[in-house]
Amino acid sequence: MGSAPSLDERDYVREGATQTAVKILVVGHFAVGKTTLIGSISEIEPLSTEETMTQAAEPVDDLKGVKGKTTTTVAMDFGRLTISDRIVLYLFGTPGQQRFVQMWEDMARGALGALVLVDPERLADSFPVIDLIEHYGLDYAIAVNHFDGAPAREERALREALDLLDDTPVVTCDARDEKSSAAALTTLVRHLLDRA
Amino acid sequence: MTGRDGWTPESAALVRPYVITKGRNLPDEDALSLLTLVTASAEDTRRPARLSPEEQSLLDLCSAGYLSVAEIAGHTHFPLGVVRILLASLMEGGHLLTRPPVARARLADREILEEVLNGLRAKFG
Repeated sequence: MGSAPSLDERDYVREGATQTAVKILVVGHFAVGKTTLIGSISEIEPLSTEETMTQAAEPVDDLKGVKGKTTTTVAMDFGRLTISDRIVLYLFGTPGQQRFVQMWEDMARGALGALVLVDPERLADSFPVIDLIEHYGLDYAIAVNHFDGAPAREERALREALDLLDDTPVVTCDARDEKSSAAALTTLVRHLLDRA
Repeated sequence: MTGRDGWTPESAALVRPYVITKGRNLPDEDALSLLTLVTASAEDTRRPARLSPEEQSLLDLCSAGYLSVAEIAGHTHFPLGVVRILLASLMEGGHLLTRPPVARARLADREILEEVLNGLRAKFG
């Protein structure tokens, strides 16, 4: 263990922007582009924290057939955006697995809302994610990450497939693009304001 | 994985977390959440030699400004639980100042959301 990592001045929260830290979750299934989206709008290089979680053992992992609990490490990627002198916004990429209950409780507590990132080619993978968001009572918007070459799906069909409420916003975005990701986030915040 | 700052996480992997934390338990969730902002206290001029190397390096990290608990974990590559325990012990020693995230009820949601919306528009057009 040597010295601490040396950080640039801009790695620190701007003086004054230390009144209120708020968070928005960026949620979605594995490899849907959560970290890419966070990275495209974060003012710091996205960071990752690891937390050790207890989960019910998967039968396939259990060679001796003994039921029990295993621990696993969950990584959460996050970024930061200084909004004003009073507000600093953190964006947490949260994996959509139901079994990390403890993590979800931590994450959902105090969150302003959630941006659900959806891959139009793997819609079914988003069902459990949306179930979780609704279970924790978070308001959300859907951002369809439009990958190169993927056919655009009709919004109506997508709403039907995901069983969305009429007022739940659906936007298409390119998670690699700053403006496009920011527009998706803006859509979410406008929706949260409507519901507040 | 080596961070861009050259900080290697191997010591965290080689040393069991409970050794680093000296067997201490997790602090109260409300005292140090992911979003609690932390900085070294200004009066912290003399440091007791009995701070562990890990506590020393966290203190160094926090000496130049505010960081969230999540960011401190991210920069050091320590698991979140370990970071929270070390920070709690530094708080007890009076080495740190913290600003907990404002509870949603204390500041109107609308007010926060409007400010976030305006901030996003100003930043990204």
